[in-house]
Amino acid sequence: MNEETNDAGKPELRIRVMGVGGAGCSIIDRMMQDDDFRGAAFAAINTEKVDLAKSFAPDKLHLECKMLRGLGTGGDPELGRVAAQEKLEDVKRLSEGQDVVFLVAGLGGGAATGAMPVIAKTAKEAGALVVAFVMLPFELEGGRRVKQARYGLEMLKSAADGVICLPNQKIFKLIDDNTSVMDTFRLSNGLLIDGIRSLWRLMTRTGLIDIHFSDLCAVVRGRRAESLFASAEADGANRARKTIDKLISHPLLDGGRCLDEAGAVLVSLEGGADMTMADVNEVMKEINRRCENANVVFGAAVDDRYTEKLNLTLVVTRRDSRDEEDAVEAGGSPSVDAGVQSEMLDTQFLNNKSSSRPKSRLVPPPPEMSEEKKQELLKKSNGLTGNGKRIGKVRQATLPLEIVSKGRFDKTEPTIHNGEDLDVPTYIRRGVGLN
Amino acid sequence: MFETVSVIVGLEIGTSKVCCVVSEILPDGSLNVIGVGQSKSSGVRKGEIVDPSPTEHDLRNAIAEAEHMADVEIRSVYLGVTGGHIRGFNNRGVHPILSDDREIAAEDVQDVIKNAKAINLPMENTIVHTIRQHFLVDGQGGIQNPIGMLGAKVEVDVHVIHGQHNRLQNPIRTFKGLQLDVEAIAFNGLASAMAVLGNEHKELGALVIDIGAGTTDYVVYSNGIVKHSGVIAVGGDHVSNDLAVGLKVSMARAEKLKLEHGAAMVQPEDRGRAIALKNELGLPDKNINIEHLRRIMSLRYQEIFELIEQDLDDAGLMDYLRAGVFVCGGCARTPGIAELAENVFRLPIHIGRTNAISGLKNALEQPEFSTAIGLVKFGSLQQKQRTTRNSLSGGILQAVGSLFRRG
Repeated sequence: MNEETNDAGKPELRIRVMGVGGAGCSIIDRMMQDDDFRGAAFAAINTEKVDLAKSFAPDKLHLECKMLRGLGTGGDPELGRVAAQEKLEDVKRLSEGQDVVFLVAGLGGGAATGAMPVIAKTAKEAGALVVAFVMLPFELEGGRRVKQARYGLEMLKSAADGVICLPNQKIFKLIDDNTSVMDTFRLSNGLLIDGIRSLWRLMTRTGLIDIHFSDLCAVVRGRRAESLFASAEADGANRARKTIDKLISHPLLDGGRCLDEAGAVLVSLEGGADMTMADVNEVMKEINRRCENANVVFGAAVDDRYTEKLNLTLVVTRRDSRDEEDAVEAGGSPSVDAGVQSEMLDTQFLNNKSSSRPKSRLVPPPPEMSEEKKQELLKKSNGLTGNGKRIGKVRQATLPLEIVSKGRFDKTEPTIHNGEDLDVPTYIRRGVGLN
Repeated sequence: MFETVSVIVGLEIGTSKVCCVVSEILPDGSLNVIGVGQSKSSGVRKGEIVDPSPTEHDLRNAIAEAEHMADVEIRSVYLGVTGGHIRGFNNRGVHPILSDDREIAAEDVQDVIKNAKAINLPMENTIVHTIRQHFLVDGQGGIQNPIGMLGAKVEVDVHVIHGQHNRLQNPIRTFKGLQLDVEAIAFNGLASAMAVLGNEHKELGALVIDIGAGTTDYVVYSNGIVKHSGVIAVGGDHVSNDLAVGLKVSMARAEKLKLEHGAAMVQPEDRGRAIALKNELGLPDKNINIEHLRRIMSLRYQEIFELIEQDLDDAGLMDYLRAGVFVCGGCARTPGIAELAENVFRLPIHIGRTNAISGLKNALEQPEFSTAIGLVKFGSLQQKQRTTRNSLSGGILQAVGSLFRRG
């Protein structure tokens, strides 16, 4: 809405942040208290009237329909979807005139899971770049929610331009036994906000190496993929090495494995005025080495808050093989402004080569199975059928090493002298040929 | 009264044959071989019993034959043992002389030998032989008998031959199953050396190599004492096996070829020669290239000699073998083996024939009986030692007896 240009002369972007569902709304409440997000227009969308009333957002949209009567969906995404369909016009109104729409939600429940795809589609149709930031439920929340979240994610991927996921289950690796439930949720919300913040800064601020919005837009559009993000920080001597090592072993990045499967990587490096070229080189060398096939978009920024420190944020997209057809060529040149500390910017980067890459996506949470099915599968993997008989396991037989039969000495203890088996004929051991 | 054993029996349970030699002790103390019995051995591999029942059967046959030939009943034998697990090494024992007059007594000698025996052997090993090499009194070496000498400290160098207890017990147990006694066990290599070497050879320094079917045992004598011993579990069987593999014939055929056409050296005229094997119908079956045959054998024998040479070189004994190398055992019959050994050792080679024992000529001429004959010699030495130990009591009686006789 403001047309004023910022310091470097970039036109101010109009960004709308919409929190959908219970989790989404509480997140945007937190964001609104954060200075970094000045200038964004926040909106809260929910089915639960009471919750919505508590939100601080200036714009609110109550998803209701006759079936719900002001209550929540009760965990049914279908209801969420229907409700969103009913309020399509309002959604459109909220997205109109915006350049970018950030959708924030926690998938698994009814409202967010059902409504998000609809909202995303609508916002896109209204002309904005739609990036969704979603959380995937903890496994402890139950098989059904996990399955629903997965489903919702799939729908969202085809509806939005970019989807950034934070699987809550991975948070477990970042906490210890004594962390309280409250703190855990706060941590997970915080991580998501960090991700939003990175993308935010990417678009609004300038840095040392810039990415222009148009580049990003062209890159982001037309893709379906998921991404993961992580960030690491270190200070002191060797901070470049330390940072990159931390990042590679970050649990949210599956210990570096997803880097190998990455289709595109957004790297954001933030340091103080003392950031050296050597540091940058070291970091980028490692990343480039690990993501050889990926489109690496790199940006760096200088921030006084990071004097003596180095902060590295990575957003890694794993390419969806279905995208191969609608891959759009963009200038995959590293004209990036990573003035952002994007935890994870997972957007669909260009896949201009390697259709040989396997379709990969986030490891889905385990499918919902009945208890007995689980037992059965477990038994099968141990090689036992229900009866306890062994299913033939594929066993690799070891081939015997010696090709020379020992004849008489087959069953005797071999005579080993200085490591040589003297039972093997001398002419063979000495390689004397007989023709 | 004092039971003098009239016959000494040496028994060797070998890989190709079980051999029993019966010998009587003549009044002057020398030995006379009166009976030899042998039987083809089927339960032994690499010098060790792998199947006791056929071995027992073979033992019975061999002993019966020897008894028949010697016309005497065999009650106990001196048994030869060998095997890849047998090792020999030199050790030194120390004993301080505590008596006031510093005179070395017989007990001191026994103590020091006991100390020399107390070695850190692996748990499952027992000593087969402790052979005194020489004594040292206060550092002065080369003393044969220190009794009566003065000194503060007496040491003895011994050569110890040891092997795994269980594997040594196997032949003893098998033998005891025949209701016969084992007087003592002896290392086959040592026995062969005793049979083949004369005193002057032992003084000059000699290496005895007994190449049997299952193992090759070797012993080094120098200055009259045993300096080194060893076993390599490679023998004539390996040669036959090599031939079976290399010429692609059966084991039995390979044995036959080895005996009929084998040689340890490849001669220039062997090139291109071939032997036609006949199958059961008498028709030509397969062609065997003589050159290949001999080359395979030559390589195997050469390797055996080289291994021994390497071992002696490491022990620093190659310069002490002035009398040369004596090859005995069944494989000593291989044509050309002396030439091959000469190439490896660069020393005079003798094909071992038994020394200083009279008796059945044909038995003594054959190198494969050297072990069994050596066992007899070993047995006679043991007996002599025993009688000297009993000499105290024997001496009194003899003195009393002579008193009476004179009287």
